[in-house]
Amino acid sequence: MSIAKPLPHDAAKLHVTGAARYVDDIPTSRDCLHLAFGLAPIAKGRITAMNLDAVKRSPGVVAVLTADDLPFANDVSPSIHDEPLLSDGTVHYPGQPVFLVAATSHRAARVAARKGDVTYAEEEALLTVDQALMADSRFEDGPRIYEKGDAAAAIGAAPHVIDGKFDLGGQEHFYLEGQAALAFPQEGGDVLVHSSTQHPTEIQHKVAEAIGAPMHAVRVETRRMGGGFGGKESQGNALAVSCAIIATLTGRPAKMRYDRDDDMTVTGKRHPFKISYRAGFDDDGKLLGVDFLHLVNCGWAQDLSLPVADRAMLHADNAYLIPAIRIESHRLKTNLQSFTAYRGFGGPQGVVGIERVMDHIAHDLGLDPIELRRRNYYAAPDQAGADNTTPYGQKVEDFELHEMTAQLLDSSDYAARKAEIADWNAGQDRFARGIGFSPVKFGISFTLTHLNQAGALVHVYQDGSVHLNHGGTEMGQGLFQKVAQVAASRFGIPLEKVKITATDTAKVPNTSATAASSGSDLNGMAVKAACDTIRDRMADHLAQRYQTEPAKVRFEDGNVHIGDEVISFDEAASLAYQGRISLSATGFYKTPKLEWDRINGQGRPFFYFAYGAAITEVVVDRLTGENRILRADILHDAGASLNPALDIGQVEGAYVQGAGWLTTEELVWDGKGALRTHAPSTYKIPACSDRPDVFNVALYDGQNREDTIYRSKAVGEPPFMLGISAWLAQSNAVSSFGDAFPAMDAPGTAEEVWRAIRRVRDGV
Amino acid sequence: MTITFLLNGERVELEDVSPTATLLDWLREDRGLTGTKEGCNEGDCGACTVMVTDPDGAKALNACILFLPQLHGKAVRTIEGAAGPKGELHPAQQAMIDLHGSQCGFCTPGFVMSMVASHANGATDHDTQLAGNLCRCTGYAPIIRAAQATEKVAVPTWVQEDRSFILPEKLRGEAESRGVEPPANVQIPQTADELAETYARHPDATLVAGATDVGLWVTKQLRDLDPVIFLAGCDDLKTIDVTDSEIRLGAMAHMNAVRQVIEPLHPSYGEMIRRYASVQVRNAATIGGNIANGSPIGDNPPALIALDATLHLRHGDTRRSMPIEDFFVDYGKQDRAPGEFVDQITIPRQEDNLKVYKLSKRFDQDISAVLGAFNITVKNGTVTAARIAFGGMAAIPKRATHVESALIGQPWSETSINAAMTAFDQDFTPLTDMRASAEYRLETARNLLMRYFIEHSGDTASVLEVSS
Ligand SMILES: Cc1cc2nc3c(=O)[nH]c(=O)nc-3n(C[C@H](O)[C@H](O)[C@H](O)COP(=O)(O)OP(=O)(O)OC[C@H]3O[C@@H](n4cnc5c(N)ncnc54)[C@H](O)[C@@H]3O)c2cc1C
Ligand code: FES
Ligand code: FES
Repeated sequence: MSIAKPLPHDAAKLHVTGAARYVDDIPTSRDCLHLAFGLAPIAKGRITAMNLDAVKRSPGVVAVLTADDLPFANDVSPSIHDEPLLSDGTVHYPGQPVFLVAATSHRAARVAARKGDVTYAEEEALLTVDQALMADSRFEDGPRIYEKGDAAAAIGAAPHVIDGKFDLGGQEHFYLEGQAALAFPQEGGDVLVHSSTQHPTEIQHKVAEAIGAPMHAVRVETRRMGGGFGGKESQGNALAVSCAIIATLTGRPAKMRYDRDDDMTVTGKRHPFKISYRAGFDDDGKLLGVDFLHLVNCGWAQDLSLPVADRAMLHADNAYLIPAIRIESHRLKTNLQSFTAYRGFGGPQGVVGIERVMDHIAHDLGLDPIELRRRNYYAAPDQAGADNTTPYGQKVEDFELHEMTAQLLDSSDYAARKAEIADWNAGQDRFARGIGFSPVKFGISFTLTHLNQAGALVHVYQDGSVHLNHGGTEMGQGLFQKVAQVAASRFGIPLEKVKITATDTAKVPNTSATAASSGSDLNGMAVKAACDTIRDRMADHLAQRYQTEPAKVRFEDGNVHIGDEVISFDEAASLAYQGRISLSATGFYKTPKLEWDRINGQGRPFFYFAYGAAITEVVVDRLTGENRILRADILHDAGASLNPALDIGQVEGAYVQGAGWLTTEELVWDGKGALRTHAPSTYKIPACSDRPDVFNVALYDGQNREDTIYRSKAVGEPPFMLGISAWLAQSNAVSSFGDAFPAMDAPGTAEEVWRAIRRVRDGV
Repeated sequence: MTITFLLNGERVELEDVSPTATLLDWLREDRGLTGTKEGCNEGDCGACTVMVTDPDGAKALNACILFLPQLHGKAVRTIEGAAGPKGELHPAQQAMIDLHGSQCGFCTPGFVMSMVASHANGATDHDTQLAGNLCRCTGYAPIIRAAQATEKVAVPTWVQEDRSFILPEKLRGEAESRGVEPPANVQIPQTADELAETYARHPDATLVAGATDVGLWVTKQLRDLDPVIFLAGCDDLKTIDVTDSEIRLGAMAHMNAVRQVIEPLHPSYGEMIRRYASVQVRNAATIGGNIANGSPIGDNPPALIALDATLHLRHGDTRRSMPIEDFFVDYGKQDRAPGEFVDQITIPRQEDNLKVYKLSKRFDQDISAVLGAFNITVKNGTVTAARIAFGGMAAIPKRATHVESALIGQPWSETSINAAMTAFDQDFTPLTDMRASAEYRLETARNLLMRYFIEHSGDTASVLEVSS
């Protein structure tokens, strides 16, 4: 069985030799056109005049398109048709595409795109959530409110109350491979699009609208992405649509990739939040009532902001049973990039809110922050009383964190280290070390229930080799390998016999984005179903042939056991073929038990929860605010892991990405709304030496209590939230300089840490 | 012009290359070698890392800001040439597979090439060697494990062979003997004298040293440069000499070479250079370029000012020298005449009292928000001399003369430091930008003086020295 083996990524050898092909590496003919957008420099206003003569005259330019030249739909929105491919005359953020250039080289297109002579009538822009709230500039008619009990009354009656608010920054995805698409015109006006996308069906859908054709005229193929992290769920639409339009208009292949600065300027990022909280609790630190206000900066277009903001609300409880809670969420429309999906999809912002509350209470009561958290955890399945429900009414039936926390405290030597750090801090006034703990309980399933479906297509060839295809996309997470392990296990054959193939809308239709951590859960099940269909057909046939029962046919070790007979799988395939048995099947899966009313915030949006916990130690410098992570200990729940090596890889990578979000990664817009951090020279994701010096990552030995593929759990997003412990550790370190609660904003850059220390120590 | 170099062991001759064609574009677009990736096109991510071997040895370089003429006479190895002729994987490649060092794989060719180069050089300071390679997926831990696993494995023969292949004089000689004259708009002088003569004749030319600034003018500002003089051939400008009286750095000495001589003499300056950009950028960036660009946030000038260095300029046969701080006149304005170039820098040998503090959002490969260089002499408990200079605090790299005066003659005590800290207001009025606020800059600049005092008394200086 290849299940549960720590096998390398299926493309590892291609990666290390440079042979793995990404969109921009696909060979094209010499006549391929290269595209670039001319971008608006202002945040808000109208175009009053546009002279593109210089663009058209620029060397190598073949075509220049404005909104008026588009043959069909001018829209690349994944939701409410509010995102024109090219400005329709109004400008909504600095970086909005205004015209499209097709030229004979990437550079020629970029050069030409800067030559537009466009005049704008500038209007006053809304850049912050406070400005947008004041102007009532929002998506949806008003705030969404989810409630359990009477939070105001509970807080009013509580013996202790804290309140606070903080800014929580956004995050650039910084996938190493920028957005890219390539379209080849086909006969009869059809088009084949290669896209670096997490959502080929969405690309197909938007391209079809843009070229005025049914979806069947558009085939989208995605072999791999050089990273996605949510940034390629909807943000690739503009490039793919542009390529398809140019390819169909000119009959030439068309390729578009954003230069990094354009990529960061044009595309959406993680939503920045402003979170306010009030919490009432008793002497033991048990929560009685919590009230959250989420001000969500959605940017200029709706994109996926509603489900993102919903998910933030759905994670406002994180791991804690809160008797009364109210969460009010405003989805505010501003003149910045359209904030979009990013690993965790709003969940991390929700979790940061309650973890901040926990640390604030612990500080207030002088309690150990971990002890305080454990007192407020949901009950373990065997301990659960009547009320073990989330603020949205879902019963928590699989809570693993009591046991996980105990194990982690032990393995990380928490108690002894905490004491040692306190001594060390007391001995001097220059540096402080701090320790932070954050657990995560992350809900698995798309909250838009209909997306929880997947399809697969499996062929067994007469030589016993297997062709595997499903609707999931590969962005580095190892999905293809995990699903191939499932297929190999179902047929009892070595993994090498399974050919992993590119995601292709012509093979599996109507797929959901590879998102919400759902890739292996959904596609693994669909592939299992397809394999089992073929296996059952083979078993029936072989049973008949060998005069036994199908139940006595087993697929193992590359062989098929038929009663007492053993033949190789290859031979079995050949026999089945000769017996005129269909060796091709589709598979389909939809997640059971879901039922969700997002307006009222009631139901069961999640099939199950994935858990994790992290303890991070940092050091900060009082004089400069410089800080770094010294050690991190992590225990994460991947259920019965399909591939522990790949899962640990997800956990390590997610932790560092999460910690980066809350420490060095700062998005800075200037007073005009222009993004000042639009390149890696100014936007600092963690580098090699920023990972923890000591980095202990382990998987929790458990099984999914729900019936998922081999009882595994989704692992893409949940560990991202483990990085929150780094920010909490900063705050903990800062708090040793004085009595006040540090009340930090995020990210905790050196400057932010320095400010917090000044507040705590000098009251400034 | 004909450019000749070795590509993965095979000789390549290119005629009529544009002076500003980058190696990355050429590999991917003309040569069909798409293993080398573009992640940023500005030297910051390392996805485009290749190994270049020249007489100084093997170096990792960023292909996105490397112009083809800079390669003349050198050996280039790309990811396609990392494995052996029969497809035998390089040990770094094998370790990356075995230890799960790739996820999406897009950064991987760059990491592998950095590892191939550092492995060839026997380096084991992996965090530093790989600081110029960004990975968004793995969190780096498995990559470091792979680098460690590679340490003890021998350097494969095909990698070693790049060295023996490299015959720069011969290659260059051949190009010349075939009578290929570079076009008038591109010059590759082979000596400082030739450069002096050529530049005096073409004072409007753009000098290209390591191209870590100029490269971005081409890839980001999309400028066409014409005419261009490449300094890469001037070996005599790369010379570094250390005598009893001075350290002499040729303008073309790249930052890794500078680091090697500076580290033992002024360790704090050496540590700053370790954090300056990345291995790839330091292998290209020259000390001359870092001064000549006049940037207010260049990291060398404050350190050199604090060390009382002298800048030597040359125009034709005329040479002049000045204290380095006098070179920086105002924002974007230096004391350099048309046709005049930075020839060398001399630093007087002195007792090491220098501390160089670099503040940035990220420790490795980040431009400084504040860079403070302190060279303070304390004799018998009294400050007898102080040279203090900052980057990031003014329109030019600037001395803190008021702070210096406030210290000189005072007892070396916390009281004197506190008093001197108030003098910063008179020296600097910094700006707010995306790297830091004016307030943070000014306050931490003050605090860095305190840090110097603390470190002087032997206490821990930086969070980088603290462990769990
Ligand atoms: C990713 C990255 C990170 C960086 N990090 C840092 C950092 O941490 N700290 C820092 O200080 N800088 C940093 N830089 C900036 C850059 O590395 C330096 O400014 C570099 O030293 C410039 O040297 P060069 O040889 O590459 O110059 P080039 O780019 O070749 O030239 C720069 C300028 O100097 C002129 N010039 C070059 N040589 C001479 C000469 N001998 N005489 C007269 N004029 C000359 C050129 O005409 C040009 O105007 C970074 C750059 C990159 C791309
Ligand atoms: S592409 Fe990023 S360093 Fe060259
Ligand atoms: S593996 Fe994806 S960026 Fe490194």
